[in-house]
Amino acid sequence: MSIRLGVPSKGRLMEKTFNWFGARGVTLARAGSDRDYAGQVEGIDNVELILLSAGEIPRELAAGRIHLGVTGTDLIRETLGDWETQVDALAEMGFGQADLVLAVPQAWVDVGTLDDLDAVAAAFRAAHGHRLRIATKYHRLVREFLRAHGVADYVLIDSQGATEGTVKNETAEAIADITSTGDTLRANHLKILDDGLILRSQATLFRARRTTLSASDRATLSDLMIRLRVD
Amino acid sequence: MSDIAAIRAEAARLRALFEATGAQPVETAVLQPAEALLDLYGEDIRARAYVTSDALRGEQMLRPDFTVPVVQMHMAHGAEPARYTYSGEVFRRQQDDPTRASEYMQVGYEVFARDDPASADAEVFALIHDALAPLRLRAATGDIGILMAAVEGLQTSDARKAALRRHIWRPRRFRQLMDRFAGRLPVPPSRAALLAHADPIAQAGTFVGLRSRAEIVARIETLREDAATPPISQREVQLIEAILAVRAASPHALERLRDIAVDMPAIAGAVALFAARLDALDKRGVTVETLPFEASFGRSQMEYYDGFVFGFTCDTRPDLPPVATGGRYDALTRQLGAGLEIPAVGGVIRPGLTLSLAKGQTAGGTA
Repeated sequence: MSIRLGVPSKGRLMEKTFNWFGARGVTLARAGSDRDYAGQVEGIDNVELILLSAGEIPRELAAGRIHLGVTGTDLIRETLGDWETQVDALAEMGFGQADLVLAVPQAWVDVGTLDDLDAVAAAFRAAHGHRLRIATKYHRLVREFLRAHGVADYVLIDSQGATEGTVKNETAEAIADITSTGDTLRANHLKILDDGLILRSQATLFRARRTTLSASDRATLSDLMIRLRVD
Repeated sequence: MSDIAAIRAEAARLRALFEATGAQPVETAVLQPAEALLDLYGEDIRARAYVTSDALRGEQMLRPDFTVPVVQMHMAHGAEPARYTYSGEVFRRQQDDPTRASEYMQVGYEVFARDDPASADAEVFALIHDALAPLRLRAATGDIGILMAAVEGLQTSDARKAALRRHIWRPRRFRQLMDRFAGRLPVPPSRAALLAHADPIAQAGTFVGLRSRAEIVARIETLREDAATPPISQREVQLIEAILAVRAASPHALERLRDIAVDMPAIAGAVALFAARLDALDKRGVTVETLPFEASFGRSQMEYYDGFVFGFTCDTRPDLPPVATGGRYDALTRQLGAGLEIPAVGGVIRPGLTLSLAKGQTAGGTA
């Protein structure tokens, strides 16, 4: 057996993850070409690298098919119910920072806070005959946030990409999406509510809680955690 | 007998009790069109109900409760007054608490009647109370109608009353609105800046989306009016708080509310209804002297409960959800009836819970 480590299979997130492990003496690499999703690990034995889509890593951790995984806090909290019982956040890795925020049109000069959004939602529903639509792919996080803050009369519309464009296209009145600089929001004439920060996310190393390990795998895992200085 | 078969038998026993009072048994589909439920409960229902879909009928929900389909059925072709009973599975999505069931049986009893609401309230409560009597559960009762009447009676603008009414069922939000309208919270910087600006709409820039410039201008006007409205008085805030704090055996609670009504006559009608309900309960053999009453009970349970509310829980099993719940939901019939309204009150029992509690009693001797 071996310890299975899940890492995002593409782009900057993969590179920065490789660098983060490399700086701690564990070299991760793709086994072959750029198109090969098999990986290899040097510097420690009995650790297997699994390259996965970042979005699938929470599910794989919860199922115990991987023992360690690198993904965003946002994806863990969106995907897993009662997430703290399923995974353990070992280390924030200092990259992949992104904020999940609630944004409305800049032209809504009367809306600065969630309080305003709630009042506008009531008036909007009365005027238009349907609830105020918020486009997002983070349904759970947004719903829980809005419920905790007592915002009513809205409906979530699923948007898996180009979410900032939904307002202009009139398929939504507001959006909840990940932003790092806010440039895309501004370019689409949107602004973040003053109290509209739903979650601060960054790439994080998680450990699956619900797995049973053999004695040798336990030893490998604790050795790896010492090397990574996350024990 | 398997667990499920035993629960079905228990459900049949309870439903027979309801049928014996003359209630008409009804059935509803398990798959319910999502639109009506979403329109009623909003996004919160998605967190509680299983949503499924196909290309032909669009989104459907696995029945999260019987109330909505029964009200729809009654409004479409029911004669009045009407009494219905039903039993069957309801489905509740559980995302955070693995100990809560995602599928369970409910047996319900609903009364649609225009006359004598106190008597209809008492009828539903007494029936469920008697059915559960051997289990020695703790009853809880409340009346959201009293708080609603108090909001109507506030000396403030209609806009503020409407905002408070809208959040009756969200206690945190309600309190925050009260604090804001009473001038207890600082004005947020964005609001202060907006109000200080002579022509805020001039700064709007590019308009995108469905919400029009006219709507934004109208809201700025509403906010200016609100800023010019005097705060809700300290006295009225205290009266609302006094109402929400009422928690005592029913006769004492009634006395307390009558005292408050002297300073807030707007609640007198709702308090009189509470008194009439206690009389009606007494006539049906419920011991009202010790029946607990809590003015804030049931507010976060279900939106649209707008009068009498009740629940039954087991003191020795705090891990269990309520064994039975119910209340008056005139507001729901108003919402579903598109202008029509039929006063309605009802309640549900969970036979899975009554069965396991009854088993516990036999196993442990006297409970």
